[in-house]
Order: sequence, then structure tokens, then C-alpha cells
Amino acid sequence: MEQKEILALKKIAANIRKGIILSTSAAGSGHPGGSLSIADIMAYLYFKEMRVDEKNPRDPDRDRFVMSKGHCTPALYSTLAERGFFPKEDLLTFRKTESYLEGHPSMHMVPGVDMSTGSLAQGISAAVGMALAGKIDKKDYYVYVGMGDGELEEGQVWEASMAAAHYKLDNLICFVDYNGLQIDGKITEVMNPEPIAEKFEAFGWYVQSIDAHDFEQIEKAVKNAKNQKGKPSMIVAHSIKGKGVSFMENQAGWHGKAPKPEERDKALAELDEYIASLEA
Amino acid sequence: MSEKIATRVAYGEALADMGADERIVVLDADLSKSTMTDMFKKKYPERHFNMGIAEGNMMSVAAGIATCGKIVFASTFAIFAAGRAFEQVRNSIGYPNLNVKIGATHAGISVGEDGASHQAIEDIALMRSIPNMVVISPSDAYCTKFAVKAAIEHPGPVYLRLGRLSVPLVHNENTKFEFGKGVLMKDGSDVTIIANGLMVQYALEAAGILGQDGVSARVIDMHTIKPIDREIIIKAAKETGCIVTAEEHTIMGGLGSAVAEVVCDEYPVPVKMVGVEDKFGKSGNPDELLKRYGLTAENIVKKAYEAMQML
Repeated sequence: MEQKEILALKKIAANIRKGIILSTSAAGSGHPGGSLSIADIMAYLYFKEMRVDEKNPRDPDRDRFVMSKGHCTPALYSTLAERGFFPKEDLLTFRKTESYLEGHPSMHMVPGVDMSTGSLAQGISAAVGMALAGKIDKKDYYVYVGMGDGELEEGQVWEASMAAAHYKLDNLICFVDYNGLQIDGKITEVMNPEPIAEKFEAFGWYVQSIDAHDFEQIEKAVKNAKNQKGKPSMIVAHSIKGKGVSFMENQAGWHGKAPKPEERDKALAELDEYIASLEA
Repeated sequence: MSEKIATRVAYGEALADMGADERIVVLDADLSKSTMTDMFKKKYPERHFNMGIAEGNMMSVAAGIATCGKIVFASTFAIFAAGRAFEQVRNSIGYPNLNVKIGATHAGISVGEDGASHQAIEDIALMRSIPNMVVISPSDAYCTKFAVKAAIEHPGPVYLRLGRLSVPLVHNENTKFEFGKGVLMKDGSDVTIIANGLMVQYALEAAGILGQDGVSARVIDMHTIKPIDREIIIKAAKETGCIVTAEEHTIMGGLGSAVAEVVCDEYPVPVKMVGVEDKFGKSGNPDELLKRYGLTAENIVKKAYEAMQML
């Protein structure tokens, strides 16, 4: 990837992060931490990789994305809005009673959302279904999944992983947003799901480990995944929860807490400063 | 036809018969020779997928396939379909209103020798509590064929409750089945017996016994518990004055409760319920179990007299 492209993606990712801060603070609730940690992957997928068209969100030949860690709607919605699936100003209605932008994504209400998720591990299973349908119909679309590391504690993840390998779903490319934190603290202290890469390897997946905030690494991993035949792909993406907002980074507490107005302003100022530094 | 056919067999046959539609995909959880999806598999192997002993995953996978324009049937035993995978059915299928039909076989205590852990007595209660879910419990092979066709035509989630045990035909090739409508099997004026599944044969038997005693019993096959046929229930309440329900299910939350909800809401009359009385099943011969748990014509007759005495 050229430097110019990387710069452009960094700017997009920063704008996605601004949307995350704006939507959660307007709602007074939501999940900024895990949304911020996956923002770069979202920017890459929706602006560099995926075959999607905001003018035709239900195209049967499109690439799909399932936010299996469904609480990270701030990341998903901000990305979709940035991409033009719906107006950016609607992000301020996030979680409000009359809004279509619900706390966990509703596929029939939000243009660009491919599956309703929220209850952990059901998203990856649904993605397995979409990939299987792609094989049945001999289509060439890819199905991408965003998962949490805490989410790996759900048994259904492993049922889905077994099935994906069994049916050789090489059109399935999953990311684990490995930020090491869940609600009650460090994943290693709550219910240790490690070693993560080795587990997926044992389940018959093609596994790569990357830095979730490095666009060149993300690109290389997706390319490698697409060259894999006969195995689903897992990209274990080491990340920082709350990435991009200094006072949120690496804090379990920002999993499901919305920034107050002063905190919002501080976060936005940081992101604006960062965007300015990119443009310089 | 005086032969007996299990509704699970009729289900397997219907799926295979209607399976040429390329949109149909069938999933199973290592039980295809029992759920009879094996029949579809033999004809259309490229559209049958075993998901192994992982029912929760199967339901969410079914949902994902359905998002791609398919009509998906997902089969396993009722206890696992409605019980173990309840939350997946609710959140992956029910909430997003996806086109998945749950072909749940081996429902009720007539499962027999496998025993309580495998005998779903609460699946109707669970499934009808999910918004968007259509719930059908067919009584015989004819009713099952209609139910499968109705499921395919209905654009949304359907729970089909099927049995292991071979049961007699209570309908014939001329029976007119309608989505969401009870079938009037026999008219009557003194009491109405509303039954479904394998209890319909005992409802008819009970009506016969009552008839010999000069009691005119109406019998309705309420194959669809949701959406329930309110009209036929209220008509029965108004015209016969009392109701007995009969189901191979706990009396807490199933057909009886659904009928009582309608009646109490619009035209309160006594509703007596025949069903499993808040007990787990047990291992044994299916016919003996049905007797042991009071799922009999005699018990329906007893409840009918109790209901009439309340008037």
C-alpha cells in the first residue's frame, strides 16, 4: 500500500473514531472501548477491501460483514455512515427510542447491516451460514466477521469454528479484536481463553497474528487469507481497547461507558489534532 | 388408509417431495435418520448439511443461510431445538424474523424409552412466547403435509412439532386445511374438545364415548397454536358453554393456556386441560406412558364432565 493510501485510511479511521465518540456521548450509553479498538479494521474493510455499494445494500453478490461482537455498534454505524449508507447526523440519535440505530444492530432497520447480532457468538455462526450459502450458490463473495476476545469464551464460537473448517469455508475471514480486556477485567483473569491463535489452528483454520492498528499488516493478512484455499481464516488482531483516545486506552472501564460532555470534547480535540497532523 | 404413520415420517416425505425448490436448504444435528431429513438428503444431497451435535450453532447458521434468500429447515429433537437452542432461535431467527422452519421431532412423552431428558413437554410454551414465531403441531400425515407446505409458503419463522410414534390418520385427502384455522372434526353442542398432535385421535374417541351417554361433544383439531384461531374458540365457547383442551405437553403454557387466554379475554367459560401435569416424563413404552400420564380418551371424558358440571 502506498503512503498516500495509508494516510487516507488513517484519516477515515479517525473520522470513524469521532463518530464513535459523538454517538455514545449523545446516547449517554454504549460501548466505546471495543469500538475504538476495531476502528482501523473497519476502515480497511469498508474503504479498501469489501465489495459493497451504499446505493445497493442488499446486493446478493456483495461481501458481507457480521459484527459478532454486536455491542460494537458505534464502530459499525460510524463506519457505515462514513461510507454513506445513511446520514452521519443520524449517529446522534443512537440508542434513542425513536431511532433505527439501536444499541445492538438490527438488520432490517439499518442499511448496510448484514445480520442482527448482540448475543455473543451467534454472529459468527450466522456468518458461517452466509459463507455456506455462498458455496451452495457458487458465488465469489467473502464474509468478514468482527469478534471480541472475551466472546471466545462462548462455546458456540467453537461450534461455529468446527463447522467452518468442516465445510472448508475459505470465503470466511474472521478477525478477533484481541485487546485483552472484557467487562470484569483482563480476559486472562476473568476466564482465560488463551492461547487464541493455537486454538483456531487446532480447529483447522488458517491463522495469522497482526497489529490491529497497522494498515499494511491488515492488508497483507487479508490478502494471505484470500489466497488460502480450503480453510477459513482467522486474523488475531492485537489491539488496544479505546485506541485513539488517550484516557480510554487499555482501560476495562471504557467497555460500556459513554463519555460525558467534557470527556467527549477532550476526545474529539485529540482526534482533530491527530487528523490535522496527518494533513500536515 | 388404515395404516399408522408417524408425523416425523410424513415430515421427511413432505420435505423430499417439495424439495425440488432450489431455495430449500436442510440442516440436521446428527439425527437425520430419526428426524427423517435423510429422505431429503437422498434426493438433494447438495442442499442437506449435517451440523453435527451442535444445535445452537445450527440455528444461527440456519439464520445466516436464510439471509441469503434461502428457505431453511433445521431439524433435531424438540427438546434440543426449543430447549437447548432457545436463545439462538429467539435472537438469531425470531428477532430478525428470518425464513427458518424448525422441524422439531420426537416431541412429547411418546418419545418413550429414551426417557425424561429427551421428552420435550414444554416446547410449545417456549416457542409461542417468541414474537414472529408460527407454531404448528400437526395431528397426522395429511396435516403434516399441509404444515410443511404452509411453512414453506410462510415468509418467516415456523416451529413444526412432530412426533416419533406412529399415529392413525384422523384426516383424509379431502380435509381442507387453512393456515391459522382450526379444523372442525365433529360438531357438537354440550362441550368442545380442542386438541392437537396425537391427542386428536383420543379427542375423537372421547367424543364417541360421550355420545353414547347422550353428550354432544364438538371436536376441533387446533394444529396451529400460533396464530391461534380465536374465532373458532369463541364460537365454541358461546355455542357449547365449556371447553376441554388436550395436548401431549405440560398444561402450563401450551395449547390449553393459549385457548384459556382467548376465552378469558373475550368470553369466559370453564376450560379444563388434559396434558402432562407439571411432571417430567419417564422411560417406557410410549402407549403405556400416555396412559400413565393421563393422556387418554377416558381422561378427556372425565374433564368434560367436570367442565359441564361447572355450568
